[in-house]
Amino acid sequence: MVDLSVFHYITEPLQYGFMVRGLIAAVIVGVVCAVLGAYVVLRRMAFFGDALAHTILPGVAVGYLLGGGAHAPIFWGGLAAGVLAALGIGAITKEGQIKEDAAIGIIFAGMFALGIAIISTVRSYAVDLSHFLFGDVLGVSANDIWLSGAFGAIVLLLIFVFYKEFLVLSFDPILAATLRLPVETLRYLLLLMIAITIVVSIQTVGVALLVAMLVTPAATASLLTKRLLPMMVIGAVIGVISAVGGLYASYYVNISSGAAIVLFATAIFIVVFLFAPQRGVIWSWLVSRKPTAGR
Amino acid sequence: MGLFAKPAQHSDTAAVLAVHNVSVHYNGLAALDDVSFELDPGERVAVVGPNGAGKSTLFKVIAGLLHVTHGTVTVRGHEPGGHVCIAYIPQRSQIDWAFPVNVADVVMMGRIRKIGFLRWPSAYDRRIVRESLELVDMAHLAGRQIGELSGGQQQRVFIARALAQEAELMLLDEPLTGLDVKSQQDIMDVMNVLRQRGVTVLVSTHDLSLAAEAFDRLMLLNRKLIGFGKATEVLTPERLAETYGGKLQLLPTGQGAFVFDNACCGDHTHG
Repeated sequence: MVDLSVFHYITEPLQYGFMVRGLIAAVIVGVVCAVLGAYVVLRRMAFFGDALAHTILPGVAVGYLLGGGAHAPIFWGGLAAGVLAALGIGAITKEGQIKEDAAIGIIFAGMFALGIAIISTVRSYAVDLSHFLFGDVLGVSANDIWLSGAFGAIVLLLIFVFYKEFLVLSFDPILAATLRLPVETLRYLLLLMIAITIVVSIQTVGVALLVAMLVTPAATASLLTKRLLPMMVIGAVIGVISAVGGLYASYYVNISSGAAIVLFATAIFIVVFLFAPQRGVIWSWLVSRKPTAGR
Repeated sequence: MGLFAKPAQHSDTAAVLAVHNVSVHYNGLAALDDVSFELDPGERVAVVGPNGAGKSTLFKVIAGLLHVTHGTVTVRGHEPGGHVCIAYIPQRSQIDWAFPVNVADVVMMGRIRKIGFLRWPSAYDRRIVRESLELVDMAHLAGRQIGELSGGQQQRVFIARALAQEAELMLLDEPLTGLDVKSQQDIMDVMNVLRQRGVTVLVSTHDLSLAAEAFDRLMLLNRKLIGFGKATEVLTPERLAETYGGKLQLLPTGQGAFVFDNACCGDHTHG
């Protein structure tokens, strides 16, 4: 009987269409963010990812105003802004008149402010702004899922197709250049993929928390494996567990779903950081206590 | 594929590497000034000079990573930009050793241009990787994460990668810096393997005595080419003083001048 009641806890939310759609959207985001996140973590692009997420806000806002709140124009507006911002930041970071992180910071804050300014012209802006900032996964429509699924699939396909090229570019850009790979094209392609992933994810976790989905599962996975492909797979599993776990937690505890998903991912990271075999803090501490167990 | 430049064709009669009147300027300052030399196939040349002498700049120009301000560089008769037969092996400090790749993964990276776009490594590629690792005596560690290797082992893995790339010209940027004597000897043994395979090798080093003993020719570089030839001809007190300025100490001893380079290299950690 106990088993049945646990089963009931799992199935009960699924009688609601919005929960099912939310779960599907969250799983898509969990997978795509974590897989691409492996490169974000390894190439130290966490700040870039965070900035890019904030930078698309004006595009989202314009789509929101023009579409009267419909989701599709918000998606396309965000995508247009994301692509432009990725290319713009890519060009700025290439030249080096200003330090890279300062340049990203300027664009990021300026565009974010522009987005807030546009949204604030609408009367109900506090509610709408909070959806953009923190996500509204339970408001996902079937059409949203198709859009997210299609663009998420494109990103995963590109990562798969250019796997060895992106690996070389990330590990040793000089080798990529001496092998005469199209280094600049690949670099911009990666920036565009990050932009697409952000737009795909924005309704689930929102602008403010997005970087957590890009970085946390991938960084957690990096503590558990020493090769790239398993890092992507483990990261995707952690992303899905976080997405599903967070959504159920938000259903039962009645907290913001985006925040719950990110908190779930953070909790997994902390556990792995402490207990991971060989690289966890507790493990290292135990090994250091036994002098004979040293390398 | 249109995305990828076609590799340059080789002209077998042309020199492996010909550098003619090459100057490189950064913001108006000359990093290299009117440097000319040619290499013979299969020879091993040491490039010696103080920090900032332009050794890395020279290597990057040869690898086609930097453009010359004046002059020409040709590899087998063609400009380096199109070649995939040149391997540049960076200083170990340039690499993120925590990156999640193992030894075999790194060596396979040398193959990706040969494998081609939209293709995966074949059994033949894996065999080349294994043979390359055997040549540098690292096959038994193929599954190790690269950060778990010693400095000398890491260097050998990168040479194996250059072998897997089927490079005919290898540029090694300070491969011996920070290595203990045993690891340095292992690297020199690997260089003998490279010689047997006809690979032309250019090595930058701070170790003058090793450069004099273990290399066919020696190049003294300090933005200008100060000397190039056999060690006995090149290593004169005048040329050394010109290369190192006041930073090199010449101590007269019973067996000739003892050279003491205190301009040398920042990190001497033994790995």
